[in-house]
Amino acid sequence: MSEGTSTERPTRARHPSGGTFDFISGPWQRLPARVREWAPLAIVLAVAVLYPYIVGDLKSFATIGDFFPELDAAVYILVFTMMALGLNIVVGYSGLLDLGYVAFYAAGAYTAGWLASGQFQDVSFHFGSVGIQRDTQGIHVSVWLVLLIAGSFTAIVGILIGLPTLRLRGDYLAIVTLGFGEIIPQVVRNGDSFGGFNVTNGTFGINPIDSPGFGTTLNDAVGLPVNFQQSFDKFRLFYWGILVLLLITVFCSWRLRDSRLGRAWIAIREDETAAAAMGVPLMRTKTWAYAIGAFFGGVAGAYYASFKSGAFPSDFYFNISVFLLCMVILGGMGSIWGVLAGGIILSWLNIQGLAVIGDKFNDAAGTNFEIAKYQFGIYGTIIVLMMLFRPTGLIPERRHKRELEEGVHDETFFDVSH
Amino acid sequence: MAALIRRPRPRAISLVGLGFVFLIGVWLLVNLLKDPERFFTVFLIGLTTGLVYALVALGYTLVYGILQLINFAHGDVFAFTGLLASTMILTVFDLTEQDSAGVIILGLLGTLVVVVAFGATLNSLIERVAYHRLLKAPRLALLITAVGMSFIVQNVALAIYDVNFRRVPELIPRSDVFSIGGVHYQWNKLSVVLITIPVLLLLTWLVRSTRQGKGMRATAQDPDAAAMVGIDVNRTISFTFALAGGLAGVGGLLFLLQFNIRYDSGFELGLIAFTAAVLGGIGNLSGAVLGAVVIGLIQAFNEGLAWATPGSDWTRSIIFGVLIAILVFRPQGILGEQVADRA
Repeated sequence: MSEGTSTERPTRARHPSGGTFDFISGPWQRLPARVREWAPLAIVLAVAVLYPYIVGDLKSFATIGDFFPELDAAVYILVFTMMALGLNIVVGYSGLLDLGYVAFYAAGAYTAGWLASGQFQDVSFHFGSVGIQRDTQGIHVSVWLVLLIAGSFTAIVGILIGLPTLRLRGDYLAIVTLGFGEIIPQVVRNGDSFGGFNVTNGTFGINPIDSPGFGTTLNDAVGLPVNFQQSFDKFRLFYWGILVLLLITVFCSWRLRDSRLGRAWIAIREDETAAAAMGVPLMRTKTWAYAIGAFFGGVAGAYYASFKSGAFPSDFYFNISVFLLCMVILGGMGSIWGVLAGGIILSWLNIQGLAVIGDKFNDAAGTNFEIAKYQFGIYGTIIVLMMLFRPTGLIPERRHKRELEEGVHDETFFDVSH
Repeated sequence: MAALIRRPRPRAISLVGLGFVFLIGVWLLVNLLKDPERFFTVFLIGLTTGLVYALVALGYTLVYGILQLINFAHGDVFAFTGLLASTMILTVFDLTEQDSAGVIILGLLGTLVVVVAFGATLNSLIERVAYHRLLKAPRLALLITAVGMSFIVQNVALAIYDVNFRRVPELIPRSDVFSIGGVHYQWNKLSVVLITIPVLLLLTWLVRSTRQGKGMRATAQDPDAAAMVGIDVNRTISFTFALAGGLAGVGGLLFLLQFNIRYDSGFELGLIAFTAAVLGGIGNLSGAVLGAVVIGLIQAFNEGLAWATPGSDWTRSIIFGVLIAILVFRPQGILGEQVADRA
């Protein structure tokens, strides 16, 4: 879905809040409204679904071919975009600055590590796992189920973090979430002997983690793959898997935003006091934002752990939280299309883009500049520039535009009094 | 800034909080009785480290008092000044252990002046470039910008100094100032106290008695009213940032003399210092110093005591645990928030 940068723009008009196609004229205008509404989405979706088949051809182009991500990079891109959408629920919809989203990523990844690996050698529990010998020690639950459990567990972690902190003012909330984002990785790193019990295997992390799959029965019946990791088409399968998860996330974000809960979130973001006066229960609504935002982070983390077949403490550090926040800000806080675009652009830059651009630049200029070393400086610059010059993001959410550009809330906007 | 609504907290919560404090007290007491020498040595280490943290924590609290902004970039300004101090000491003044005391003191004072000026300039530059346009914007925007600035400053330092840790020779001898019954205190630790205390006194005088300091306090209470009585609010804000940056410069030099430093050291130290500021009551200057000393002691006790200590693997978790506990049990900090009554 790396072509998102070019195709995201037309889809903007599909935004339910109603944009116009005034920048496209001619034959397009004469198409029926329904076609115009759905065609861009259908094209994006078709390209995304078919990407594994065309990536080989795309990469064979001279020069620009290098810019298309391989499938494993595409999996990374979609996983992080999914997390950005989860963060968008917390930051974009509800206006709660969360600087510790990496904690949810870690919680999801380690849930997968606990429930779908040989980490706990003393027990032997199998439930719907695929590609694992029946007599293997450890807990081996079907990864599909683990995704759900990881999401739910992470949501509970989100609630636990939220309960003491959501009463705080916004900037205190940011620093406390940051604190949790630092504590959880450290707990994970030191968690190889809690009273002598090895919970997280310390710095070595948990691996291997089981792979998703459909088992032999479904394979015989309808030809679904037995096990992603052992399959010849491994990357394609993982790619389609995360694409489905991402689409579910997009669908949920979209439906949530227009739901009663979503409107309550936006009301809180716009003016907390007014929202409370109108009968929005502040704590409950904010806690839901945390829980649901965390849920998607947990699912994405668990899926990524299963893809990498491991969960390692070195993967979880503060910069990831800022990286995700940067995606949300670049795309546009609260805007689904914006966050999709921001997530795809930035995670592409991170996994591949910066390196490729650096190589091209060095080849052309004959220099030896390590652009990837300064990735976080680049993200920081993006954050500052966006905040200074386009605070609503690349593809702004309509409702957010008013508030950030006209500054209708000088202070009360982010003050939390409960 | 709306004050925190101080609902009468449920008794259970305050009991839990008191219980925590009681357990910590018991733990300290047992350690003291088991090995008093070690306890006091560690206590002095913590006190010294705490004073360095105080210099950084004051920067957070000053800026927070004026703008209600957690200036995330502050920790990185601190690290940058520390790195610059290493350049000054190693390259410009080329100080070594063999130099005479007079040369070392002059060199260090020269370094101090340069890094303070640099920290002040850098910090007010950051305010001019990044924050100034956003002063009327929602605070969320300002806060996010500060996170971005933090990474920018960090990467500029990375570009100049690369990823290696920088350290300087032992310019201040580690010989004992005094040694009472096995409790030692070294010159390099005393030097921190000797520099920090005058700086803190100077700061107090500046804020309490000078015209500019009064302007700062007025702006912190109500910028609009301050502007109405003729205080140049913009200049006051710049001045506050410069003051905070200067303090970070002192902290950077002192930290460098004790430990080693690299481009990203400021991140963790900044968080520790911010925790200290919150612990003492953000916006409250003496609170920041008190909080920093407490945090320094917590860190030293955790890493240095023998009986039932989690150890340095857990320092970060413990400090953030303290931060979270403070915010849950006593959000106004130990000494209370002085600017809290700005409605």
